[in-house]
Amino acid sequence: MSARDNILARVRKGLGLPGNIPGAESDKARAYMAQQARGPRPTYGWSDNVARFCERSEKLGSTVDRVASLAEVPQAVARYLQSKGLPTSAVAWPALQDMPWSAAGLEVQARAARGSDLVGITGAFCAVAETGTLMLLSGEDTPATVSLLPETHIALVDVTRIVPGMEEAWALMKAERGAPPRAVNFVSGPSRTADIEQTIVIGAHGPYRVHVVCYG
Amino acid sequence: MLLTSSSFKRNVRRKLEDPSLQRNMKRFGGRFVEARAAVMTEVDNLEEIRVAAAAIRDRSLANLDSYLVEFEAQAQARGTQVHWAETAQDVNRILIEIARANGVRKIVKSKSMVSEESGLNDAVAAAGMEAIETDLGEYILQLAEEPPSHIIAPAIHKSVEEVAELFSEKHHTPRQTDIPALCREAREQLRPHFLSADMGISGGNFLIAETGSVVIVTNEGNGRMVTTLPRIHVAITGIEKVLPTLNDFSTVVRLLTRSATGQSITNYVSMLTGPRREGDPDGPEQSHIILVDSGRSRLLGTELQQALRCIRCGACMNHCPVYQNIGGHAYGWVYPGPIGAVLTPSYVGLENALDLPQASTLCGACQVVCPVKIPLPELMRVLREKSFSQGLRPWHERWSIMLWRTAASHPRLYAGLTRLAARLLRRLGGKDRLLHRLPGLDGWTEGRDMPAPSGQTFRELYRKRKA
Ligand code: SF4
Repeated sequence: MSARDNILARVRKGLGLPGNIPGAESDKARAYMAQQARGPRPTYGWSDNVARFCERSEKLGSTVDRVASLAEVPQAVARYLQSKGLPTSAVAWPALQDMPWSAAGLEVQARAARGSDLVGITGAFCAVAETGTLMLLSGEDTPATVSLLPETHIALVDVTRIVPGMEEAWALMKAERGAPPRAVNFVSGPSRTADIEQTIVIGAHGPYRVHVVCYG
Repeated sequence: MLLTSSSFKRNVRRKLEDPSLQRNMKRFGGRFVEARAAVMTEVDNLEEIRVAAAAIRDRSLANLDSYLVEFEAQAQARGTQVHWAETAQDVNRILIEIARANGVRKIVKSKSMVSEESGLNDAVAAAGMEAIETDLGEYILQLAEEPPSHIIAPAIHKSVEEVAELFSEKHHTPRQTDIPALCREAREQLRPHFLSADMGISGGNFLIAETGSVVIVTNEGNGRMVTTLPRIHVAITGIEKVLPTLNDFSTVVRLLTRSATGQSITNYVSMLTGPRREGDPDGPEQSHIILVDSGRSRLLGTELQQALRCIRCGACMNHCPVYQNIGGHAYGWVYPGPIGAVLTPSYVGLENALDLPQASTLCGACQVVCPVKIPLPELMRVLREKSFSQGLRPWHERWSIMLWRTAASHPRLYAGLTRLAARLLRRLGGKDRLLHRLPGLDGWTEGRDMPAPSGQTFRELYRKRKA
């Protein structure tokens, strides 16, 4: 018997189930998964998803900007970079390559990120108000490295795509994409560590700064 | 990992006498406890969510075989190669086979406690490959050649001075004691390894049956690096870590991060499903998962099954007065604290970790904070009973218990003996009515005095009161 069969047989024996491989109980398991039950959540509420998202993002150590439309985003990004004294050349998701970056004085390359890139610009599949979290899906036009390797991560968030909780984010993903992509990354602020004397240090292996531009 | 749980008492003594560890543990003290308490005020219906989280974990375990098979089918459908490891040695063997078949030379690792169970790093080194830990705490310990002492903060027992010393010695850089500067130094040392490694190894906080995904919950970003940059990703995790649905995960993670570090969510929650898709510009070309049994299935159907609910948040050790004083190394294996006192004897054999279930005052703090409501004191009691009934306790302990039983089941004998003891102890207490030493129990009186009894037994006093 293979290791797999041995393990499954031991599990079934432990659980007091007959035989070596899952039988009728699997239907029960599948029925439960199909039900898509949602568990209880904290009962505190908020009236405005956008306001909640922005407030929680800042609490996580991100900075937040809000502009009226997508057209204003490149200017807002340029403003942020200049105000922080950061480089104005950046790598961005190919999905964002048609935006008027150069008109805003930015030099943007649309591709996956490399170790030497300093600024990365991404969109977001959606965002979660409860915790101030971005949900990023990997894909051909949305490489995962852009939000990971550069020291500064700038994320563009469409305010109509801010959902209350993680459960709604999953539901949106299933509705629009069906199966999950290779990587779903929930990003909540700049990377951090507290591994030396429990002292929180912002900027571990991932970005030192996360700047969110909400538009719409 | 080298098992030293059988010399627990000796380990403890050494740790209590180690001034630098004692200083570091004092600092550790309340920080996680306070952070958790503060963030839990956000969860106004904590108990309701804990009950739900425990039920989710129970459901997963009650149908573990079905959910594992479902997970496997979904994972394979998305291109993940699923491996099953019966023992810790199998984990090392499978991993080295994958690495050899793909000409792997350099491996970067994010935190995986299961790989500590099997001593994976040593096995990989013996096979001629290099495995580099990238979680800051684990990296520090790899340089120091020490095992982790906490499941989420592995280098909690080290001070900044010790880290500064270590970095300057191993990196050949000037010694610096500024914590952010040390973190940047580690980042700069490790970045080239992320970019050049052939394989990334991660643990898995959860497996999601409905999608065949592995989820990792991290803060530093190294978990994302090791699962994104190298051409091969291998996740190693225990078979008990499966959850049926993404919604179940959402419920459980609300408690996991709050219980662990006091964060309402960690910086990164990454769900990985298969290798890079056609057209993807990044991500590994191969995705593997090793499902590890190594003693877990043995707990199913026993009272100890509840321990498999564990989501490895570390809250039980953070709140444990014993852990707070002795640190994690004294427990002698991968999992310290109350959950370690239950899991270690279960995984490595009770006879090899006899003193761990005794290493508790049964104060109950661990059970109160456990997000999935594992009755840890009760489980330690179960193991204590087992060690007695299997004749594993030392003879003097067994004899004392047997004598006690005889006395306690003979009321007259009991009354006589207690009367004698009460009078004797009263006299020994002297003027200040304190016993500084109890013959045969000097371990107990070493750090404290026992108040002497009044000279009369409870029954005598009661009778007098009634009269
Ligand atoms: S036993 Fe409970 S408190 Fe301890 S690590 Fe596991 S889940 Fe956390």
